[in-house]
Amino acid sequence: MRRIVLAGNPNTGKSTLFNRLTGGSARVGNYPGITVSPYEGKLVLPSGEATLVDLPGTYSLTARSLEEQLAVDVIDGRGDHSVPDLVVLCADATNLVRNLYVLLQVQEFGRNVIVALTMLDEAGGAAPDAVALRGALGCRVLPVNPRTGEGVEALKTAIEQAIDQPRPEPLWRFEPSPDLQVAMTDMQEATGFGRGAALWALLSVGDDDLEGISDEGRAVAARVTDRFDDEVVEGRYRWLDANIAPLLADDASDEVHASTDRLDRILLHPVLGFGIFLALMTVLFQGLFTWSDPFIGLIESGFGWLAGTVLSVTGPTLLGSFLADGLVGGVGSVLVFLPQIMLLFLLLSLMEDTGYMARVAYLMDRVMKPLGLHGRAFVPMLSGFACAVPAIMATRTMERKRDRFLTMMIIPLMTCSARLPVYTLIIAALFPAGRVLGIFPTRGLMMTGMYLFSVVIALIAGFVMSRTLLPAPPSPLVLELPPYRLPRLIDVWRQTWRGTQHFLKDAGGIILLAAVVMWGALTFPRIDPTEVVGLGEDAVAAAQLEQSIAGRMGHAIEPVIRPVGWDWKIGVGMIGAFAAREVFISTLGEVYALGGDVDEADVTLREHMKAEIKADGKPVWSPLVGLSVMVFIALGAQCTSTLAVLKRETKTWRWPAFLFVWMTVLAYVASLAVYQGGLALGFS
Amino acid sequence: MTLDDLPVSESATVTAIGGTRALRLRLMEMGLVPGTQIDKLRVAPLGDPVELRVRSGRLSVRRHEARAIEVSQ
Repeated sequence: MRRIVLAGNPNTGKSTLFNRLTGGSARVGNYPGITVSPYEGKLVLPSGEATLVDLPGTYSLTARSLEEQLAVDVIDGRGDHSVPDLVVLCADATNLVRNLYVLLQVQEFGRNVIVALTMLDEAGGAAPDAVALRGALGCRVLPVNPRTGEGVEALKTAIEQAIDQPRPEPLWRFEPSPDLQVAMTDMQEATGFGRGAALWALLSVGDDDLEGISDEGRAVAARVTDRFDDEVVEGRYRWLDANIAPLLADDASDEVHASTDRLDRILLHPVLGFGIFLALMTVLFQGLFTWSDPFIGLIESGFGWLAGTVLSVTGPTLLGSFLADGLVGGVGSVLVFLPQIMLLFLLLSLMEDTGYMARVAYLMDRVMKPLGLHGRAFVPMLSGFACAVPAIMATRTMERKRDRFLTMMIIPLMTCSARLPVYTLIIAALFPAGRVLGIFPTRGLMMTGMYLFSVVIALIAGFVMSRTLLPAPPSPLVLELPPYRLPRLIDVWRQTWRGTQHFLKDAGGIILLAAVVMWGALTFPRIDPTEVVGLGEDAVAAAQLEQSIAGRMGHAIEPVIRPVGWDWKIGVGMIGAFAAREVFISTLGEVYALGGDVDEADVTLREHMKAEIKADGKPVWSPLVGLSVMVFIALGAQCTSTLAVLKRETKTWRWPAFLFVWMTVLAYVASLAVYQGGLALGFS
Repeated sequence: MTLDDLPVSESATVTAIGGTRALRLRLMEMGLVPGTQIDKLRVAPLGDPVELRVRSGRLSVRRHEARAIEVSQ
């Protein structure tokens, strides 16, 4: 299959053009072992089909990280990639000199290139002449408007004509100095690279995590270090400034950016801009919470109805229980994430495509800097307060792998919506409804306290991890603030749908499996029916639960959980909560023989909790025990969906395993400190 | 002087780029080669980073990085 690579700077309309050319047939290319894979689609040409590879937007081919190396690997045809037959370079006409820098690099590799010139409507009078540009660049230049589709057919025709042409000689726009010539020859001999790749390696290798560079090549790069950086970069820009800049009208930038500048004067204003930003983030956060709520309710009641229907057909048999509680419940527990995931991806795509996301990074960079993170980490972290699953997926907007991983390790500590029912239940059952200082309601204050607690712990954890586990030189922030543009709804929808598909395909299976396993742990071994003759339905369920693997585990871990103040029934609830935190409540309801349909607002459950007494006659649920349970819920990794989506995003079980162990240990130690500390201070 | 010392809404010409190798390369490849004209447009509300006009685009760099960029007015 012939291969075409679509390359270019970010914010050039590249993704829209990709969608236009492939008609939305895009799939993630399957390259094992890398977290950022390029999208691939089919391009239908008169002479047959070709594969179109959409590279991540890049300003340059020079690379330090593995993610940045992807672009050069694809263009050079290294590793698993075959040499492309054609490179289509998307270039923004409003900022042409910098956009064509990467073209010069591509031409140094000796590749067939076509330039797709976009944003001509924005460039207006400053627009360069395509014919003159073609003369200067030595390759075809096609004006394209990816939004309207104007010029796309002409581009396809040009692709058809160019794709089977022999590859041109490498084109060099500067004369390498004799020293650089020698170094390139040494590098070619040491690595077997061509001339273009040898120059690439001289600039890229050194304090990097690139792959596929031989030790001999590294030795050559180490010998010359940064001696040629200035010569090469300045050489390319000198050519661009001499040959491309004169083709552009003067003062183009002010004309092009006038409306963006007017907007930025408001949106980046020290007071007004910050206020608007906070308002927008509140809408995003509240939206994740409240707008998705009716849909979540609909999915939950829909699957509840389905489970009930299944049970009414099968009767209260083991098969019925498996189908209704295990399978239908499991599928429901996957689909229940869809409203929040789709909504978050929709809002992220909107912010990305309008250009506002870059402004968020700009506004919040100062806040994220102490963690060695960029401002881009802010939105995923904020989303973590709604749900860690979509939030972890949202870290894809971050470029550096280390930054992504650090953010993904912190997000699960944020107070997500699944923790709230547990907090609500415990606070309402165990703490009085009074007011502190006559103004602040105690219960509301406790809820706020749990939020603050999670933020403080998350920041400390992030601070420690950024200096131990995931150290990194503070990565320089060189952030482009692109012009504001109206997003195209079809592109926003495609991004949203892609994210949703990823979740369903890769994380959905694991979540479903976990739900079935958890059903088994609560159901087996079966109780002997003769032992429970005459008992009510809920009492039988409670006896069955105590008999089950989970129930036995609750008893087995008693020596471990007694120091944190829990009895075996709370232990069973906590084991159930490892599927998802809110399951704590329904499991507790079953243990207390109230049935599994109870929720956090259930008065019977609250009363029952207050009435539970230990062997010595004291209540099981003292406020101190409630606090210890809440602290564990706040810090524990009790969410199989989070672990599943983490596995999907990092492509290894190592990170979810690490997260599970460290958060569980942290949660236990913190609960222990709270309970034992409370006892020592005279609370009971 | 460095870009960090340049007052907001003033223009200057880049004379040299310092800092680590990765930073230097990144800045230069984004168009900040010596001889380039830049304008310092504004500072972010929390005091960092700063926004620049470079070659008809808008770039933002932290003050720490701005101190690595030598300019003359």
